Amino acid sequence: MAFKTVRNLIIAGGIAAASLTGIAIAAGGSGPADGYKMIHKHWHWSGVTGSYDVAAMQRGYNVYAQVCRSCHNLDHLAFRHLGDKGGPFYDEYYKNPNDNPLVKNIAAEYEVIDVNPEDGSEVSRPGIPADYFPPIYRNNAEAAYVNNGAVPPDLSVMVKARNNGADYMYNLLLAYSHPQPEGITLSTGQYYNPVMEGSKIAMPPQLQPQEGVFEYQSDTEGQNPPEATIEQMAADVTEFLAWSADPKLAVRKEAGLMSMVYLLILSVLLWLSYKRIWRRLKPSEG
Amino acid sequence: MAETGLIHHDDIVDDGKRDFIFLAAGAAGALGAASIVWPLLAQMGKAADTLALGSIDIDVGKIGEGEQLKVLWRGAPVFVRHRTAAEIAEAEDVNIDILPDPATDDSRLVPGPDGNLKPQYLVMVGVCTHFGCVPVGEAGDYDGWYCPCHGSHYDTSGRIRKGPAPRNLVVPPYAYTSDTVIKVG
Amino acid sequence: MSGHSTYEPKWAAARWMDQRLPIVRMGADFIMMPTPRNLNYWWTFGGILLLCLVIQIVTGVILGMHYVAHVDHAFDSVQRIRRDVPYGWLMQSTHAVGASMFFLAVYMHMFRGLYYGSYKAPREVLWIIGCLIYLVMMATAFLGYTLPWGQMSFWGATVITGFFGAVPVVGESLQQWLLGGYAVDNATLNRFYSLHYLLPFIIAALSGLHVWALHVTGSSNPIGVSNKVKTDTLPFHPYFTVKDMFAVAVFLMIFAFFLFYLPDALGHADNYIKADPLKTPPHIVPEWYFLPFYAILRAVPDKLAGILLMIGAIAVLFVLPWLDTSKVRSMRFRPIARWFFFIFVFFCFILGWCGAETPDDEAFLGLSFYRLSQISTLYYFAYFLVILPILGLIEDPKERPASITQSILDYGDKPEPEKVLAPAE
Repeated sequence: MAFKTVRNLIIAGGIAAASLTGIAIAAGGSGPADGYKMIHKHWHWSGVTGSYDVAAMQRGYNVYAQVCRSCHNLDHLAFRHLGDKGGPFYDEYYKNPNDNPLVKNIAAEYEVIDVNPEDGSEVSRPGIPADYFPPIYRNNAEAAYVNNGAVPPDLSVMVKARNNGADYMYNLLLAYSHPQPEGITLSTGQYYNPVMEGSKIAMPPQLQPQEGVFEYQSDTEGQNPPEATIEQMAADVTEFLAWSADPKLAVRKEAGLMSMVYLLILSVLLWLSYKRIWRRLKPSEG
Repeated sequence: MAETGLIHHDDIVDDGKRDFIFLAAGAAGALGAASIVWPLLAQMGKAADTLALGSIDIDVGKIGEGEQLKVLWRGAPVFVRHRTAAEIAEAEDVNIDILPDPATDDSRLVPGPDGNLKPQYLVMVGVCTHFGCVPVGEAGDYDGWYCPCHGSHYDTSGRIRKGPAPRNLVVPPYAYTSDTVIKVG
Repeated sequence: MSGHSTYEPKWAAARWMDQRLPIVRMGADFIMMPTPRNLNYWWTFGGILLLCLVIQIVTGVILGMHYVAHVDHAFDSVQRIRRDVPYGWLMQSTHAVGASMFFLAVYMHMFRGLYYGSYKAPREVLWIIGCLIYLVMMATAFLGYTLPWGQMSFWGATVITGFFGAVPVVGESLQQWLLGGYAVDNATLNRFYSLHYLLPFIIAALSGLHVWALHVTGSSNPIGVSNKVKTDTLPFHPYFTVKDMFAVAVFLMIFAFFLFYLPDALGHADNYIKADPLKTPPHIVPEWYFLPFYAILRAVPDKLAGILLMIGAIAVLFVLPWLDTSKVRSMRFRPIARWFFFIFVFFCFILGWCGAETPDDEAFLGLSFYRLSQISTLYYFAYFLVILPILGLIEDPKERPASITQSILDYGDKPEPEKVLAPAE
């Protein structure tokens, strides 16, 4: 009967987990249009043990800084986050990311609006690790005015803000080349992209293999980077933004493993205790 | 309905044996409970954004002699006082053995870029060491600071002289980044 | 509470206290409650639910220390909790996943009650308090979902408060009174936060009444035959405390799996977009635990009728003890009714599926989700209003054991613990 109990529990747990997961999947949105086939990449961080690839995140940051940054901010990211454990520029030697020289250098490349404490006027100063990525536009109205009426969204949680966000972002960046079917009329400032809801997007294609415009530098480990193809850049920026949306992934999975092992042991011990206590009711031992 | 064949709890003779399984289960449960308590308490600690906002720059050159600048640092006021020669003399001319919290005036200063102390600039956290009120400047029996909450008197070096406060006004960690600019924190 | 007090203070201090405030005696008698010895694992969800409530209150109070209830800061403060507050990511995920786990357990608990007839005399009040708890839980979950101030928060709040707008004559004024404005805005967010903080303590109070009522009537059991002889029961402690603890540990494994490996699987991606009053997301869907009711709401083309139907779907639970005419509690002895019950559970899942999909889409064989939800809604109400009342009068139940003891002696291998007790081994 011991086996039966365990079997029943596994079945019950399985049904519960399966139906919840089923609901979660069923709630997912609609697929892309016009016969575009989504490329499902195997991401470094997927699975029970996966984690982000540091070199890919660093390259991804470069793509963000040199391409995406011209329109998109990272609202919820401070420069110091880049040097957090699990982040792209983490350095074991600088446990406090505010002291990390790479982070300091990156921060200093951005102009941050501050208040002059003497006369209260607005001044611009180089960023420090404690600053957040400064907004690109003063407000949504300006953002919309500059960008043909469409406000470029924040990217810091974008990978979480779409179903299968990593695949979505990767494919969105690559899908511009998909042939545009007949019958779709685009107004000025619109581009065809089958991955976008409604197939019309206000963002022009960004990643283009133009000679010399973009080349990967060696990463901080001194390793030679891969060639900056469109696919490579799309994958790398996705990796960086996936980290940005879920920076606690590594610590979460670590805690998960410990919790699961602990709960398994606890369950076994409690089950044995349960059996032992109920065994006292056996006639032979009464 | 006969009561045969089933044993009731009252009929069990408890041999008092607490065997290994119960101990192990209890220990595992206690371990789990203990490891849950830590995050529940630690969440109230300083968050990463709070920790990051550590330091400020202050231009002390703009403070006239006999004037005091009050700046907010880590949620509390920092006093930067440009002391007069009389105040410095008064601060140095004290027998430190009679002080409740003995400290020389020099020990409460920080060297400038040239390695020499700048006794005219006194930098302190403006929080009374008694119960945290902000003392009033140029007041009290020792011409320094006076805390109106419970009557603590500080001298021109910010040392406690009279009243309930146990310690001198705290000197925050700071350094001169140039001849006239200090970085607090 | 059946039975006399068995508590005997061991120390002088305990005796002193017992003569002044017998709180220890009360607790001791509480956990020594005589409990039917044939309870199966379906009876462990009460303990699991208590844990769920504690987890939600503890993590909720903690999140309240860091959360900012203002339209300009709410979304950002949640991001800050997830990024910068020590263990904030753990607290926030536990609270969000915990809501789903709470409902998972409460649905198991309710289906248990429905199958084993736990709502029948003398446990009607126990059942009704349970229904009240469920109602307050739904309100709490809805209010809480508004707080992160994402797109689903905002539009969910807009749609649900829109229900009140359907009330004839005073609808619009009532809705705006609830919102504190013309639309969901800062005033709404603040009152929702306040009420979201309050309601869990009402749930806790109701749970106290629920357990009190339970201790008056005693637990029901899988064969539905009341306790008759002494050997029918065992003291709750240690026999059922240890069993409940084991079930809790297994439940926590499912909880931990979602918490650590699929923390967002049960939520919506759209809620990671800050609320925008100018733009509705293309698919507004409630959280999974509301989907069946959402499908019932959409099953009729009329606004007011849809809302009344949805309210009716919950209201019918309150009067269930008087709708089910059968004298037999457990479906184990009702050969026809149990099949209607299984079909009922099936349709609850179908309703959940319909709630997640677009009504006009095809489900299968040319049947739209709209029609499918109508069929399911029809069965849902028919089960309570037609099948149970009539079946109770015409069904011929199987022969029931004279007592729990008798059933264990006769069918020892049925529920789990009894096999151990079978005399021949």
